[in-house]
Amino acid sequence: MNEMMMDLDPLVTAETWRKSGREVAIATVIETWGSAPRPAGSHLVIDSDANFEGSVSGGCVEGAVISEALDVISTGEAKMLEFGVADETAWRVGLSCGGRIRVYVERLG
Amino acid sequence: MELATLERLNAYRRARVAAALITDMGSGDASVIAEGDELDGVLGEAVASAFRSGRSSVVELDGARYFLNVYLPPPDVVVIGAVHISQVLAKMAALAGFGVRIIDPRTAFATPERFAGINLVTDWPADALKDKPLDTYTALVAVTHDPKIDDFPIAEALRRGCFYVGALGSRRTHASRLDRLRAEGFADKALARINGPVGLPIGAASPAEIAVAILAQIIEALRTRDIILRKSDVQ
Repeated sequence: MNEMMMDLDPLVTAETWRKSGREVAIATVIETWGSAPRPAGSHLVIDSDANFEGSVSGGCVEGAVISEALDVISTGEAKMLEFGVADETAWRVGLSCGGRIRVYVERLG
Repeated sequence: MELATLERLNAYRRARVAAALITDMGSGDASVIAEGDELDGVLGEAVASAFRSGRSSVVELDGARYFLNVYLPPPDVVVIGAVHISQVLAKMAALAGFGVRIIDPRTAFATPERFAGINLVTDWPADALKDKPLDTYTALVAVTHDPKIDDFPIAEALRRGCFYVGALGSRRTHASRLDRLRAEGFADKALARINGPVGLPIGAASPAEIAVAILAQIIEALRTRDIILRKSDVQ
């Protein structure tokens, strides 16, 4: 991996942040159904000031994941989030592509 | 996940070693293993299959759910020889997502005009590969058919366990190449890893068609390769 790629790498960012004393959560796409913007394994990392690096969708649900991540950082309890097609009765945010994703959010110890 | 686990994972990724993060979705416990590490049972099979496909997924075993996240190093293609085929192959391989490096000490061939935007090294392969060694996630293609230039990197690719080794040349050229490598001490089993004549047999005629045949063979090797045991731990 070249240096530029490492700079933008979410997991490298998470390690650097944590070592400098920041509280960090890691969000990971673990399952996808239908058309999904990022494959399983994709990461978004968040610190307690809502700084973030990486992505779990094409920008559609990152906002919601970041606010859940702040909760995970303060409680230490991991969360499983699920996002589907935008539908105001079911979801505050959704994926316009019609897919569905499940995102696991955990605190970095 | 604990910071120490993340540190191990990132160390493997920096060292271009394929690694997997196994997270127990019930407890949240996570562990890292490198490709080639021993892992018994059904979970071992699932991880081996994930390394081959490069796909991360949730697996259910004995009522427990695990997320297997696979981190494969980005594959590279190193081409020995800045010839006509290399000009096309470099572009095609880059489009297919490979990192590309061309090495040729002959400055008449290796000109920036002929290889705009491509990582081009005008050194002897022995020197160029000292600076940035070959590894198991690199494909080596030798196309000069000059033994002085091709033989060393081919031998080096076999020693380093490159996932693909290809060498251009007629059957006769290839037979004499094998004789020279045998004299250097390579066993027939190792020499059988060299694809020569190079490329899938699709009747390719033009340089661009030959590049397609070579790139297709590289992709086939990447997606069907056996698990290559690591020679040494990165830690």
